Amino acid sequence: MLYEREISSFRESNPTRRQGVLANLHLDLPLLTGLLLLCLVGLIVLYSAGGEEIELVKRQLLRILLGFILLVAVAQLTPDLLRRWSPWLYLTALGLLIAVLLFGESGKGAQRWLAVAGIRFQPSELAKLAVPMMIAWFLASSRLPPRWDRLLIASILVIIPALLIARQPDLGTALLVISAGIFVLFLAGLSWRFLLALVVAAIPLGWALWEWGMREYQRNRVLTFLNPERDPLGSGYHIIQSKIAIGSGGLYGKGWLNGTQSQLEFLPERTTDFIFAVIAEEFGLNGILLLLALYLFVIFRGLYIAAHAQHLYGRLLAGSLTLVFFVYLFVNTGMVSGILPVVGVPLPLISYGGTSMVTIMIGFGILMSIHTHRKLLPT
Amino acid sequence: MSSLNSFRDHLRERRLFIGRLWQAVLLILLLLTGLVARMAYLQIEQHPYFAQMSTENRVRVQPLPPTRGLIYDRNGELLAQNIPVHSLVIIPERVKDMAWTLEQLAQLVTISEEDLTRFERLRQQRRRFENVLLRSALSESEVAIIAVNRHRFPGVDIEAKLLRSYPHGVETAHVVGYVGRISEQDLAEIDGSAYSGTSYIGKTGVERFYERELHGAVGLQRVEVNAFGRVVRVLEEQPSIPGRDLHLSLDLRLQREAMAAFGEENGALVAIDPRDGSILAMVSKPGFDPNPFVEGISRAAFHALQQSPYNPLFNRALRGRYPPGSTTKPFVGLLGLESETITPRQRIFCPGFYRLPNHQHRYRDWKRSGHGWMDLLDAVAQSCDVYFYALAHELGVERMHDYLSKFGFGSPLGVDISGELSGLLPSPQWKRANRNAPWYPGETLIMGIGQGYFLTTPLELASATAALVQDGTHYRPHVVAAIGDHLTGEVTALEPVLLSQVPIGNRLHWQHTIDTMIEVVEGQRGTARRIRNPHYRIGGKTGTSQVFTVGQDEEYDAESIPKRLRDHALFIAFAPAEEPTIALAVIVENGGHGGAVAAPIARQVLDRYLLEE
Repeated sequence: MLYEREISSFRESNPTRRQGVLANLHLDLPLLTGLLLLCLVGLIVLYSAGGEEIELVKRQLLRILLGFILLVAVAQLTPDLLRRWSPWLYLTALGLLIAVLLFGESGKGAQRWLAVAGIRFQPSELAKLAVPMMIAWFLASSRLPPRWDRLLIASILVIIPALLIARQPDLGTALLVISAGIFVLFLAGLSWRFLLALVVAAIPLGWALWEWGMREYQRNRVLTFLNPERDPLGSGYHIIQSKIAIGSGGLYGKGWLNGTQSQLEFLPERTTDFIFAVIAEEFGLNGILLLLALYLFVIFRGLYIAAHAQHLYGRLLAGSLTLVFFVYLFVNTGMVSGILPVVGVPLPLISYGGTSMVTIMIGFGILMSIHTHRKLLPT
Repeated sequence: MSSLNSFRDHLRERRLFIGRLWQAVLLILLLLTGLVARMAYLQIEQHPYFAQMSTENRVRVQPLPPTRGLIYDRNGELLAQNIPVHSLVIIPERVKDMAWTLEQLAQLVTISEEDLTRFERLRQQRRRFENVLLRSALSESEVAIIAVNRHRFPGVDIEAKLLRSYPHGVETAHVVGYVGRISEQDLAEIDGSAYSGTSYIGKTGVERFYERELHGAVGLQRVEVNAFGRVVRVLEEQPSIPGRDLHLSLDLRLQREAMAAFGEENGALVAIDPRDGSILAMVSKPGFDPNPFVEGISRAAFHALQQSPYNPLFNRALRGRYPPGSTTKPFVGLLGLESETITPRQRIFCPGFYRLPNHQHRYRDWKRSGHGWMDLLDAVAQSCDVYFYALAHELGVERMHDYLSKFGFGSPLGVDISGELSGLLPSPQWKRANRNAPWYPGETLIMGIGQGYFLTTPLELASATAALVQDGTHYRPHVVAAIGDHLTGEVTALEPVLLSQVPIGNRLHWQHTIDTMIEVVEGQRGTARRIRNPHYRIGGKTGTSQVFTVGQDEEYDAESIPKRLRDHALFIAFAPAEEPTIALAVIVENGGHGGAVAAPIARQVLDRYLLEE
């Protein structure tokens, strides 16, 4: 009976039934539509947040195009190929992260960039993809749920790159990499007891991190998060102005191009990390609900793809990437609305800026590859 | 079996995975619900509060200070104006590193120690978001340098404002006065909100007396500012009403002439049009430049002015109290006639001294050999003291006091220039109250020749002379003739105010008194005959007031005593004698004899007024 149901469900989503260019390009129409809509919303908001500067919008449009090209390219690769590449990709990422610490370029008090042949990029972005791929590859090679020893190895595989990234220091990305790894473990059936143990272990770890692992500005961020009014002109200024922007937007918002907090530049980082506050100010709670619905649609489509993936590797990877996308969303909106500390995580697909945009697009390319390369019957 | 097992495992794994996915979906929905709840709390529940905060962020109310009214002389010459200047200001709230900013700015424009001291002081007084003056009076090139570099210095701004300026500073300082920064004391007297945005207030002279007219009314502007405090647009504006312009009766040319006529001497001159009491010239020498006071005079400069032995800040014309000396004589003579104590023909013999009945003390005449037989005309023209000792004795102190007070002596006239002091017209009551001593008969005698306790200001003397030549019609002396509305261009003339009318017993007595004064200048033996001229006739009276008391049998020798103890030279005058259009009083401090020193100054002013129309 179960078998019957599986077969029928495969049939329903049989990609060969779908005709046309999209199917040939290995693209998933609902997911693609959701992503394009989010990018479009991003460009519209960016025009307002950036002080009606069309140049800014053009540059972002170029990044989106680059992202989509990579998305389409990755979608052409078969999941099997991706699976076989996973360990090599992981090792490459690890090597590059070490290289960053040794020869990386500095910016804003952190060493994140690596320049190869004139092209600057952040190896930590590669790690965001390579880590879940590696863990998925590792866990998919044996039975589920994984045994304790395998869990331990998987944990170490997550922690090494995470620590390297935290050293740069880039706390936001380190957290995203860790969560990507944990999501794979979680989806692989990691027992709740183990998760609980992790949380308990995190407390002394957190303390150690506070004492030795954090720079002064990072500690300040946490302290300011706990009490934004502590430093109203310094780091608390972001949160206070952001809350004013959101709150003053009300139910209907002040209207596009009419947000005073953003247009008059009271809101810092309004085109990047705090763009969510601009949307809240100009489009109100109504706009926020619509935006969240759009995100939810993309996330649910991603989980749907994960649920219908034929192989364990694909399932774990698709699920993890989708959940990381949600983590992006939640950490950013939570930080902008003042329920999470300020860690530099952009609003996915909307915030101005290149690196994370490209990574996310490639992630969705992987999802499409998983979804569109299924065979009619499992072998 | 094994394949079945593995198949079952796949199913189991998939079920497990789907279960985990549902758990994830649940978690996602839970977190998103929390987020939505948070957003709803901020955007609905807290919306009014944050809407208010957002408005406070961007909307600022700023005062539009009114432009201060201008001051013109009677020929339309500007005496007080507003010139645009640029100053460098800092809004401390917007400056991250003040020490660095100040250091960098000092490399662009000169900033003195004094500027820094003032900046620190003002910074303590003002709120963090208000701008604080760092450097005033930037040159055009300095403005350009700052403007180019301004992006480097958030919170640093150039403020353009109007600065009060007195183009004829030294010449008009004692009449026009000056404005200065509003002090704590000023704040107690004014409505602070009417002065928001204004940094000056009238401190002395006309500037102070007419503060209300000159100031105007403050306007308001609601503006939208961006995060850096820069005004983006004006939301609402209630314009200010500029202050009213003052048109003075003062004649700058006459004022200059008078100033020049004094030469090296110090003293005061007041010239009044007797027909309406308007002041034509008012000089107090030495003068001073009022311009440094506008922005706050430096301690050292102020100290120097205060310590000067000639006291340039002291307004002698308005506040200087001098014994009127012989210039009292025409008034006392008139009283003698009006009270029928004497007649014009009546003669008294002057042996060079006067002795009270039953007293040994000799009250000396300035002419030791005596004047011989004198009638009133001769007594005034030659300034015979003995004649007036005798007359004063006959009249008594009470009658003299009452009559002189009718001419305005001894009480403030209410001139429209801030800081007026009245002279002192003594009486037995006054002496009892202030000196706790009885009035001696001898004091009556010397009061008759304008000595003793009797003190007058130059303004009082001029004003009383004007009343005398105007048949007792005494107009309040005033310097503002008309007030102009800057917006409509309308100029409203001020009506002269009748201060008092001295009762007239017999008009011929008045005419005779005028004649005695004409004789002073036009007569062969008049004490001011040297200023006689063929163009017009002058009436006047010389006076010499003692600064230094000469002993009973000593000789006053001008050469042997220091300059500052020498007599003050006085002269009151009017012209043309037949129908006077100008009456004046001159006092030359330590100048010596009135006829020799003060009268020529008067002549020079009269010439300018009457001959060069």
